[in-house]
Amino acid sequence: MDFERRLNVRKDGTAGSGVSRRNLLTAGAAAGSGLLLGFYLPQAIGAEAAEAATADVFAPKAFVRIDRDDRVTLIMPQVEMGQGTYTSMPMLIAEELEVPLDQVSLVAAPPDDRLYTNPLIGFQATGGSKSVRAMWEPLRRAGAVARVMLISAAAQGWNVDPTSCRAEKGEVIHGPTGRKLRYGALADTAATLPVPDNVALKDAKAFKLIGTPAKRLDTPDKVNGKALFGIDVKIPGMKIATVAACPVFGGKLARVDDSTAIEIKGVRQVVRLADAVAVVADHMWAAIQGLAALDIEWDEGPNANVSSADIVRQMDIASQNPGIVGRRDGDVAKAMTGAAKRVEAVYQVPFLAHAAMEPMNCTVHIQKDGCEVWVGSQVVSRAQATAAEVIGLPLERVQVHNYLLGGGFGRRLEVDYVTQAVRIAKQVDGPVKMVWTREEDIQHDIYRPYYFDRMAAGLDEQAMPIAWSHRVTGSSIEARWLPSALKDGLDTDAVEGAAEELQYAIPNILVDYVRHEPPGILTGWWRGVGPTHNIFMVESFIDELAAEARKDPVEYRRALLGKSPRAKGVLDLAAEKAGWGQTLRQGHGRGVSVQYAFGSYLSQVAEIVVSKEGEVRVSRVVCAVDCGIIVNPDTVKAQIEGGIVFGLSAALFDEVTIKDGRAEQSNFNDYRVLRINEMPAIEVYLVPSTEAPGGIGEPGTVGVAPALTNAIFAATGKRIRKLPIKDQLRSA
Amino acid sequence: MVTLQINGNEHHLDIPEDMPLLWVLRDVVGLTGTKFGCGIAQCGACTVHIDGRPIRSCVIPAAGLADRAITTIEAIGETPSGRKIQQAWLEVEVIQCGYCQPGQIMSAAALLASNPNPSDADIDAAMSGNICRCGTYQRIRAAIKQATQAA
Ligand code: FES
Ligand code: FES
Repeated sequence: MDFERRLNVRKDGTAGSGVSRRNLLTAGAAAGSGLLLGFYLPQAIGAEAAEAATADVFAPKAFVRIDRDDRVTLIMPQVEMGQGTYTSMPMLIAEELEVPLDQVSLVAAPPDDRLYTNPLIGFQATGGSKSVRAMWEPLRRAGAVARVMLISAAAQGWNVDPTSCRAEKGEVIHGPTGRKLRYGALADTAATLPVPDNVALKDAKAFKLIGTPAKRLDTPDKVNGKALFGIDVKIPGMKIATVAACPVFGGKLARVDDSTAIEIKGVRQVVRLADAVAVVADHMWAAIQGLAALDIEWDEGPNANVSSADIVRQMDIASQNPGIVGRRDGDVAKAMTGAAKRVEAVYQVPFLAHAAMEPMNCTVHIQKDGCEVWVGSQVVSRAQATAAEVIGLPLERVQVHNYLLGGGFGRRLEVDYVTQAVRIAKQVDGPVKMVWTREEDIQHDIYRPYYFDRMAAGLDEQAMPIAWSHRVTGSSIEARWLPSALKDGLDTDAVEGAAEELQYAIPNILVDYVRHEPPGILTGWWRGVGPTHNIFMVESFIDELAAEARKDPVEYRRALLGKSPRAKGVLDLAAEKAGWGQTLRQGHGRGVSVQYAFGSYLSQVAEIVVSKEGEVRVSRVVCAVDCGIIVNPDTVKAQIEGGIVFGLSAALFDEVTIKDGRAEQSNFNDYRVLRINEMPAIEVYLVPSTEAPGGIGEPGTVGVAPALTNAIFAATGKRIRKLPIKDQLRSA
Repeated sequence: MVTLQINGNEHHLDIPEDMPLLWVLRDVVGLTGTKFGCGIAQCGACTVHIDGRPIRSCVIPAAGLADRAITTIEAIGETPSGRKIQQAWLEVEVIQCGYCQPGQIMSAAALLASNPNPSDADIDAAMSGNICRCGTYQRIRAAIKQATQAA
């Protein structure tokens, strides 16, 4: 999901065309009082960007408000799902505005693509590890401009030169006399002043907040049950619904007998949809009981016989023909012919569910002339649009209230559950909260695609690679979710991490992509997206080459990273901190991975032990991170730690398998998640940097699987080429 | 009619015999701090205390709990161990999305109340029934240890 290239937006988050700084900010009086600052989130997409910017020049895009009581309010387009945006975004503005962090409060932005577009994605979305990257520049600039205007207002009042004044802790101070005025007292005057041009941003060395471990602002309410997630919504008169969609993907409802269900105390209504049945009740228990009591006949449709084995067989066949080129350097075919040795391997990763802790849910109230939706969503404007479409209302009649997300991981970038809840609500009188059971959540997830990748390398006499080919075969998420992101049919996400981002200096490289859609199965974004599978393939295969060369895996990689000092830097740091090279006991092993993805460089070293029975235990993971300038180091570490756990669960246990057209897994008993007793010690080391900030929500997940499987190879000599690991070592 | 003692308050409730405590708390009493994660005692998100012991409320019928002391996340801060755990959770910055955390805190508070100085093995035993999809386990362990130090 690396949209930057496609959207012609520079890495610092500013528009790559035609928008002058001066036009990026507007100011005026706030509705009640105080200073209201609107700033443009630069619109994307090449020529359209310039056009959009000129057309909209006087309409502010996002808001910062400074009230008479000194409160700074930021209208937040990014949602909080555990990644700490509700803290990092205020830090950016507070840094330049010179206010203490606790003086900034947040209001969640309403849905509006025109106002709150994420410039790196192209509409109002939180995902792809892009929040800090998108807002890094505009938020600091807004803070700086507001500060300059407040200083000017004070200087005018005192009749002194603005350069003799400075801003500090929410006040403007006149240096020579020590006179002070709070921002609140200056906001009204500041609102009448012109917006200054060319305000300089602080040098990184002068940062006071950015780079310090700020306390999270959203957590105090999360220790006492007060924090409200979508599932906690309470509306007077609200009913609870739970739902069963046809277990076979793409199937329909044929007939349902609800005579027993409707007798259950608390059950109010049974709602029939084209592909699902919902039971509406006074509480979830009655809804669950009601659902179980239904006698449902499904029309299973054309996918009733689909199985994982068939899907993989078809992918294998599809992968034998060339695909759309994602990267071509030199002439791979020729170099392969001249190679001293050829190595080939097939790698596979499974369909995966997200299994966010908070099951999918959405509350809807449809009234005569409008609709209200309460939901935790990463794409608020899409939630609004689907509701409007299902009911046939204009957008502005649909009000969406966004709540905290009990985990996103890409699942809440979809609005299938919103669409379904609105369809149910259309048949219900009054507000209804639809809550999926965990079983529904796993069986009707929109899965991470299955990927079937063919790797090949040609080696020279020293067993160093002179040719590298990587063919990715899998479904296209972009084609369904953001077709404008496709580049001549190339799903740029499917090859991300494997193509342009490949850091190894190899003279001949060919990366291509074969699109293959499994029948009936929807696939979507999953934490780490494209790089999660590509880095597994690349870092496993490079390890195979190192083994082929009988060279140390770290040394082998180093020799190929001459042109990538940052990648080499994290590799060296991780190796050093992990004690790479120190001997381990029998059955123990260390494995390494290096990656460049989401604008950040990471290297991980996993240390594992395999028991005689073939059980793998991960004892330690060392991760070195170079993600450019760090806004909140503690949050970076937390995100890396969590990302590693997410990746380990998947690598060790997880897959969704298909039989008779339906998912075979259903709950945490058969879709395993790492538990505290299986937790390795994780050490995260951050590389100080002044480069533009990279993403941190996803990279941790990406590189842990290959570090783990490479460690298994080191310990046992067995190469894992298919995830999950599950009991693959038990038969050995 | 059943009478439940929840967080020191008496509730007279007309609920089905087999209705799990989780749904009584969330959908009848309106205490939504206790979370639904799996419904089959696999994730721990729904953990509450019954007479001080951690129980998965998604599988325990409420009707059998008359006159037992039920404590939820909303009131755990009023107990010494609950308060220490909450404090440590914030100091260590355990929390990410936060959805599993009421259950984690309830399990940890029960552990601390019964064992003021838990070993790693004790922590594993008490906490392995609580899943965190955001992967906050390392900090959970650190916070429990920190809470044991608190006066
Ligand atoms: S909801 Fe009770 S253990 Fe998961
Ligand atoms: S903090 Fe998100 S599931 Fe634990």
